[in-house]
Amino acid sequence: MQRRTFLITTAAVAALTGVPALAQDGEKLKVGFIYVGPVGDGGWTYQHDLGRKAVEAEYGDRIETTFIESVPEGADAERAITQLALAGNKLIFTTSFGFMDATINVAQKFPDVKFEHATGYKRADNVSTYDARFYEGRAVMGTIAGRMTKSNKIGYIGSFPIPEVIQGINSSFIHARKVNPDVEMKVVWAYSWFDPAKEADAAAALIAEGVDVILQHTDSTAPLAKAQEAGAIGFGQASDMAAFKPSPRVSAIIDNWAPYYINRVGAVLDGTWESQGVWLGIGDGEVEIGEITEAVPAEVKAEAEALKEQIASGAYHPFTGPLKKQDGSDWLAEGQTATDEDLSQMNFYVEGITAEIPK
Amino acid sequence: MIDLTTLIVMILSAATPILFAALGELIAERAGVLNLGVEGMMIAGALAGFAAAHATGSPAIGFAVAAIAGAALSMIFGVLTQYLLTNQVATGLALTLFGLGLTALFGKPYEGVKAPSMAQGPLGLNWIIWLGLLAVPLIWWFLNRSRPGLILRGIGENHHAAHALGHKVRPVRLAAIAFGGAMAGIGGAYISIATVLQWTEGMTAGAGWIALALVVFSGWRAVGVLAGAWLFGGVTVLQLRLQAAGVNVPVQLLAMAPYLVTILALVLISARRGSASPGSLGQIFHTTS
Repeated sequence: MQRRTFLITTAAVAALTGVPALAQDGEKLKVGFIYVGPVGDGGWTYQHDLGRKAVEAEYGDRIETTFIESVPEGADAERAITQLALAGNKLIFTTSFGFMDATINVAQKFPDVKFEHATGYKRADNVSTYDARFYEGRAVMGTIAGRMTKSNKIGYIGSFPIPEVIQGINSSFIHARKVNPDVEMKVVWAYSWFDPAKEADAAAALIAEGVDVILQHTDSTAPLAKAQEAGAIGFGQASDMAAFKPSPRVSAIIDNWAPYYINRVGAVLDGTWESQGVWLGIGDGEVEIGEITEAVPAEVKAEAEALKEQIASGAYHPFTGPLKKQDGSDWLAEGQTATDEDLSQMNFYVEGITAEIPK
Repeated sequence: MIDLTTLIVMILSAATPILFAALGELIAERAGVLNLGVEGMMIAGALAGFAAAHATGSPAIGFAVAAIAGAALSMIFGVLTQYLLTNQVATGLALTLFGLGLTALFGKPYEGVKAPSMAQGPLGLNWIIWLGLLAVPLIWWFLNRSRPGLILRGIGENHHAAHALGHKVRPVRLAAIAFGGAMAGIGGAYISIATVLQWTEGMTAGAGWIALALVVFSGWRAVGVLAGAWLFGGVTVLQLRLQAAGVNVPVQLLAMAPYLVTILALVLISARRGSASPGSLGQIFHTTS
């Protein structure tokens, strides 16, 4: 009897977690989403799912959404995307960099289905890409970090040394040093997007080195918990991480995918959808700055918000010269701004960072 | 440049989850049971322990509940492999997948919740670290000097011979599996209660597999497990500390090092005549009586 109950329980769990609902309705536009993590990760995937819910709220009965969560990057992704295409979804969002090749492969087999791939660079007639300018948000975080540090040491927990993360490190450092010329940046690579124990150890290592402000480009809240224990501060990553307000979480960089998702679903409904590649930032509402808490002095808060406004209006680009590379060679001349192409291939630190990028 | 005391504290702390899980698996494997479900039992302990610690405000109760949860989950494996004679490798893998999925489902309400803080023990180490260190000589003594320990090893070496001598193979193995589950549960709870201070889905992130590698690395000896846990924990922490200190280290190489050492240890063990692994490890025990 025990065995039978056990089997029933497992079956029920499988039914609850694994199998997406596939209702049939010819009238509605079906929109599918593939997530790399669980919707409850409190970060990256959680934000994508908020975008999906916003689409549902916007279009109501005209559409129907389905998602598959915790899909590993790799061969299994192709199977999951194919499954969504076969189920009649006409627009499919694949929300992680590692789904890039799988998306392209499935798109070739389903020319009448439209695909949207996040953070990638491979496009086709029925595949668009979209990305967010996280470095704009990092500029605001860097300003707060530079003002808030007492030890003049700020730390950055990186995931992988790829251009997107290096942009964030450079942007944070440039703006921290702009408000505090004595500031130093310590960088630790976790070699994971999500490993709470390792992220906590990385935070502890930075704190032991005298760091009192931690920025992170990994997805768990573990560094914030460590910062709290040690009296340091940090920032929410991808999501607001509001549980750690007002300190250690003094602000956050939030990915808001909702406007883009609503826009693209609307384009399919109107018949105006075309393949494109976009890179949206603070001004487009895709990158948001989470509430700056009372742990930050009012003048610092005002300074950070002013910078945010300048970036949003396009009056200021976070990578504006004069800027030199770490080795002292010239990068951007006075008043010159970095091109998107430069940024998408960024593989160097700017002058002043003493760490080295792992090769 | 790097303060030695804090470094040692960090290494001991990083070694503790895998030390507990590996000591538990050591007992199970010495009894001849290969349980690949360590990761699943750890994550079950991480969630159950965190939930209990959060509900009661007492980390001690959290660890006790984690041990019970780990042992309870291991009993699924125990019944399946010992009484229904399923393949141990497949069942263990299934247990890991089951544990990860189950905790993801039941862990939803605990996301974003904080753990109660733990009391510091002597020398700035919390008492779970001390308990882990104390467990090493106890398990050594049990396996090498006590009669029940020798019976357990006998069963692991040759279950048919042990059975012929009148030893109860199945009950002893069930007890060993339960002990392994309890230790894995405590190891997992250490991650959620003491290291990360919160619950996140999939938070053990492969620690169970490292624990399994440690048992092999140790040559199935308690002292070897301790040395391996310090090596694994040490390399992890040291490379992070060196990075934070701005020393240019080949991060990928250091991260690989423990696994390379394990492969090397495996090669050396298999090259030696008379393998160190228990003779009946992973084999199904079936009597016709």
